Amino acid sequence: MLRPILFLVLFFGLAAPAYAPVHAQELTLQTILQENSDEITKPKRRTVSTALDALVASGLPQVTQFLEQWQDKGVWLREDDGLYFYASADGGDLTLTDIDTGAESTVPKDGFKQLKPNGGVRRVIATALVQFQLSDPDLARRETAVQSIARRPEASQLGPLLASVDGEPDAALKARKIQLANFLSASFAEDPADRIAAIESLSTDTSIEARAVLNQILNAKPDVAPRTDAGPEGNIARELKPGSDLSSEDAYAQLVEAGFAQAAITPAALREAIVSNVVEGKVGGVPTAQLNSQDNRVKAYTALAEDGIVPPFVTAEEREAAIEAHVFFEEYSEKDPAITTAALDALNSIETRVAAAQTVDLTLDALSLASIYFLAAIGLAITFGVMGVINMAHGEFIMMGAYTGYVIQLFVPDYTLSILIALPVAFAVTFGAGVAMERLVIRHLYHRPLETLLATFGISIALQQLAKNIFGTQARPLTSPAWLDGAWVVSDVIQISYIRIAIFVMALMFLALILFVLKRTRLGLEVRAVTQNPGMAASMGINPDRINMMTFGLGSGIAGIAGVAIGLYAKVTSEMGTDYIVQSFMTVVVGGVGNVWGTLAGASMIGFLQKGIEWFNPSNTLAAQTYMVLFIILFIQFRPKGIVALKGRAAAD
Amino acid sequence: MNTLLEVSGVSVTFDGFRAINNLSIQVAQPELRAVIGPNGAGKTTFMDIVTGKTKPDTGRVLFGDKGVSLLGMSEADIANAGIGRKFQKPTVFEDQTVRQNLAMALKNPRGPFAVLFHRKTTEGAARIEELAEEIGLTDQLTRISGELSHGQKQWLEIGMLLAQDPRLLLVDEPAAGMTAEEREKTTDILKRAAETRAVVVVEHDMEFVRRLDCKVTVLHEGSVLAEGSLDHVTSNPTVIDVYLGRSDA
Amino acid sequence: MRKTFISQHPSVLWFLAILGLFTVFVAVMSEASGIGLISTSMVKTLGKTLCLALIAIAMDVVWGYCGILSLGHFAFFGIGGYAIGMWLMYARTESIITANLSSQVIPPTPQEVTDAIGNQIFGVVGSSEFPMLWAFSHSLTLHLLMVVLIPGLLALIFGWLAFRSRVTGVYLSILTQAMTLALSLYLFQNDSGLRGNNGLSGLQNIPGYEDASQASISVAFFAVSALALGLGYVLFTLVLSGKMGSVVKGIRDNEARVRFLGYKVENYKLFIFTLTAIIAGIAGALYYPQAGIINPAEIAPIASIYLAVWVAIGGRGRLYGAVIGAAFVSLLSSWFTGGGVPPLNLGFYTILWTDWWLVLLGVAFVCVTLFFPKGIGGLFDYLVRKPS
Repeated sequence: MLRPILFLVLFFGLAAPAYAPVHAQELTLQTILQENSDEITKPKRRTVSTALDALVASGLPQVTQFLEQWQDKGVWLREDDGLYFYASADGGDLTLTDIDTGAESTVPKDGFKQLKPNGGVRRVIATALVQFQLSDPDLARRETAVQSIARRPEASQLGPLLASVDGEPDAALKARKIQLANFLSASFAEDPADRIAAIESLSTDTSIEARAVLNQILNAKPDVAPRTDAGPEGNIARELKPGSDLSSEDAYAQLVEAGFAQAAITPAALREAIVSNVVEGKVGGVPTAQLNSQDNRVKAYTALAEDGIVPPFVTAEEREAAIEAHVFFEEYSEKDPAITTAALDALNSIETRVAAAQTVDLTLDALSLASIYFLAAIGLAITFGVMGVINMAHGEFIMMGAYTGYVIQLFVPDYTLSILIALPVAFAVTFGAGVAMERLVIRHLYHRPLETLLATFGISIALQQLAKNIFGTQARPLTSPAWLDGAWVVSDVIQISYIRIAIFVMALMFLALILFVLKRTRLGLEVRAVTQNPGMAASMGINPDRINMMTFGLGSGIAGIAGVAIGLYAKVTSEMGTDYIVQSFMTVVVGGVGNVWGTLAGASMIGFLQKGIEWFNPSNTLAAQTYMVLFIILFIQFRPKGIVALKGRAAAD
Repeated sequence: MNTLLEVSGVSVTFDGFRAINNLSIQVAQPELRAVIGPNGAGKTTFMDIVTGKTKPDTGRVLFGDKGVSLLGMSEADIANAGIGRKFQKPTVFEDQTVRQNLAMALKNPRGPFAVLFHRKTTEGAARIEELAEEIGLTDQLTRISGELSHGQKQWLEIGMLLAQDPRLLLVDEPAAGMTAEEREKTTDILKRAAETRAVVVVEHDMEFVRRLDCKVTVLHEGSVLAEGSLDHVTSNPTVIDVYLGRSDA
Repeated sequence: MRKTFISQHPSVLWFLAILGLFTVFVAVMSEASGIGLISTSMVKTLGKTLCLALIAIAMDVVWGYCGILSLGHFAFFGIGGYAIGMWLMYARTESIITANLSSQVIPPTPQEVTDAIGNQIFGVVGSSEFPMLWAFSHSLTLHLLMVVLIPGLLALIFGWLAFRSRVTGVYLSILTQAMTLALSLYLFQNDSGLRGNNGLSGLQNIPGYEDASQASISVAFFAVSALALGLGYVLFTLVLSGKMGSVVKGIRDNEARVRFLGYKVENYKLFIFTLTAIIAGIAGALYYPQAGIINPAEIAPIASIYLAVWVAIGGRGRLYGAVIGAAFVSLLSSWFTGGGVPPLNLGFYTILWTDWWLVLLGVAFVCVTLFFPKGIGGLFDYLVRKPS
């Protein structure tokens, strides 16, 4: 509270001359208030403007503060002499502040009355305040004012806003003011030409606000009128055809509502009428036992209607004829067709741009999803490619990595540091787990790939349950450092969170690292040799045992790091591995085995595909996943060996 | 003697490596033919192409009196058309008996439902006895074939090929890992088989080839280097240079 | 013929004898007979176990004999359950609704009855309209056909696509897993027409037998399940005896050899895959009325993997092995997870088996794969061979 007051004092020290009327020196705020005391003490929404005009016209620096206090119910009236004070209640006492001098005193509450302007009045006060705030020297206050206009745009704000544009020193805020002024004039300018000009200037603005302004202008209400040759009057948005644009039930309901037709008797109402008119086991001459078909019920009802007991039945033919005789349409609330046409054009042009921007946004989303899949799958691809082993526990290694990150955050509270520690530790933990698994289990099952699949599945369920026993079933957080919070916002349409960017960068780094290891190091050379021809590699003095162990460790280690990355934006649970394992398999299968580029291609394809399908059907991610899996099954038909397939003898078996 | 198998102008490439390069071979019926060549000469790939395992990039493979193209036919169709193939490693169904192995190979309808409702016949049993006799496994019919010796497995596999009653037999290194005695028996089986059908033997072992005493085709880098009797090709200086010369060294 | 078949396959006789005795035993000891030594819920559990044994022998045929590690057979099981569940739920709801409406002043129109049933069944997913899928839900015959046809057709189409493009080994496993995943994701949707994740419920009430007690219904289902298992066992033994068995095992051991012998391996795999899928569907159709409820979680890929686990633990390549595995592991599992096993106090830590059962199962499974690839069924080899 103190800060704004301080600013106000400062502000009026500087800005007062601009508003200074002639007799500023002699006047105090209190005198003006006394002159308008009726309106101040008991303000009414319609009449309060006279008092406000007087206050604004005075140009006194204290006016803004007064308006703020008044709005916030901070003004009290001393009932003895009718003087106004700022006051804040403190128990039975009041801390009074003199309106002009700012002198403070504490008095008992008795004899003072708080001014409580109603909501309508407060809004009027707020509007008056905005014009002061728009030119406030403090940037933050100006921004707040602009925001408040943006939240609740009104015609009266257009003038003050336009007036404040030229004097605005801050370039960004000035642009915002111009934009907002455009919005306001598009909606509220008096001259239609001004409005059209403003509307046209919006046609390059893809922000949600601009679209909201245009949609507001294009607001249309459904209506109905008897069919004539000239067509309905007014600014018609479009005609609705019953049957295609709206259901005939709705159309008829609209007719009834507009008073053009008599309400149809629904089956339920029909039943109701019949039930309440049973006389001696008969309704309208029809025995109740026969009332088990709609035809007989209508017969009974019609008989009732002929006796005048119930309103006449409206047959389907009558309803159709009534619908036929009327025209259904949507009418713009805006009467001027030139303006709606301009708005429609502007909206169309915006939508084209938005579609382009959405494509970009979708691409970014897909890229980030692809990088997650790549991280999750690359370890699997390496082990599968080199050893022909499917590791069903790969997902649990991802989970292990994520829990490692969580545990480290328990000990290292600094999030940046803990993530930096977690990455190598997660790698080490899962590397160790991978090597142990290879030594203890997988080594004994070479040449029995299906059994490896099952044995690793056994490990997977054991690890999953173990994690559940240790960490519980509820999700654990893996908090990202603050500098990764938020999103990179390009426009209202294009934005991507920093975590996703970080994961993308991480995926790129891993791609580079893995390529480096495979192509430029001795280990990589040996791994490639074993992948292509294990027998030959062994006879060249490469120890396949060691290579298998290292490869498995490497693949698992990468899974651990992927786990940290995934844990940063998804929840860490004991079941998180299962969420990624199938997708990882798909990535590997689609991409082709034993090739980093294949995995990259597979991850990209699945990432883009999933986002693409989600875009077509955004409400239903389950359906998107279903279709994606079906697509993959079909894809395998055409490229059974994946996108990047090994050929020749190496692929033979 | 009329041409049974005609391979002409066939090439195949694996990842830029030309495994078969404009290969042309004719095999007549009946005929016994040996195909020799150094490692990587394309011997196995040649068999893969004929049996439909590998699709060539270019060229023609025609089979039979009517010259049916084998390209585009599935392995099973090619087998049913009358081409039997023995793999380098003996591949028999190790946890089934010798009799079951032979029964499976007998020339009978191959469709699942025909097989499902198949009942044993006396002719079938007689044919199995006959084949067992031929490959010298009469005493072993009830044994699980996984228990057989290496040589016996090779014979069983040849027996399974004969059971299919093929017109062309492709045999990949039948003598590998056999004792001298076993080799002799193998030679006899193959020679007898070649009396009525075409038999193509891919072999490394010169002694074995000499014992087959037949026309020899030398493959090198995916195409035919020389063709003729063993003495003829072994005196060819290019052959000595690329193959025999090195193996002597 | 029959005699030779049994003399060739003595295990069938043993199996049928044990199954028959067991069925009679359970029926006599059940609450339905009045003795009540075996509770109704236990009868249901045993009946369900028989259904699981049936799908396990199907899995054994496709995996243990034909070498196709399908991770999709539980999906066929679930489809069978849904197919019969739709009729059960419809017919049951119809009888309730008809009873409710008949007490009213005027008799209901057919439309009113349909609307009320739709509202009752689909209210949970915010709909009252009958989806296309339910077009035949009034007909038991058609739904019994669907139990067989839908898993069969799905397996036929999927298998044709997969085997035609020579997808084998782990690739095929992953592909079948993907199929299962797609199916369960589809069923999870509210607009799938099958009540989303609510699934179908109240299946234990058999329309037309409202007056029968659950005790006698459970015994009836138990007996039918036993019959189905027995028939399935004989059917598979018949199929796998003789030349078909040779070819199928040949495909498992050396697919290329079979192909070069002139057999179209794809057709054989397709035959086995489809046949076992149909049996799986039938097993599911018998299982879920005993379970009372089916929902998409039942079909999740993990269920199919458990199926493979049962077969592996029981012993692949022998039908009785699959039965033993399914019965042993699933009963043990419900014993452990049901809290039937007392906690183990280690002093510093108390092992609650509800928490540790899966760990134990996982480790046991790894050990079986590593040290006893023949599974429990392999023990019989020792028994048989010892005397000789």
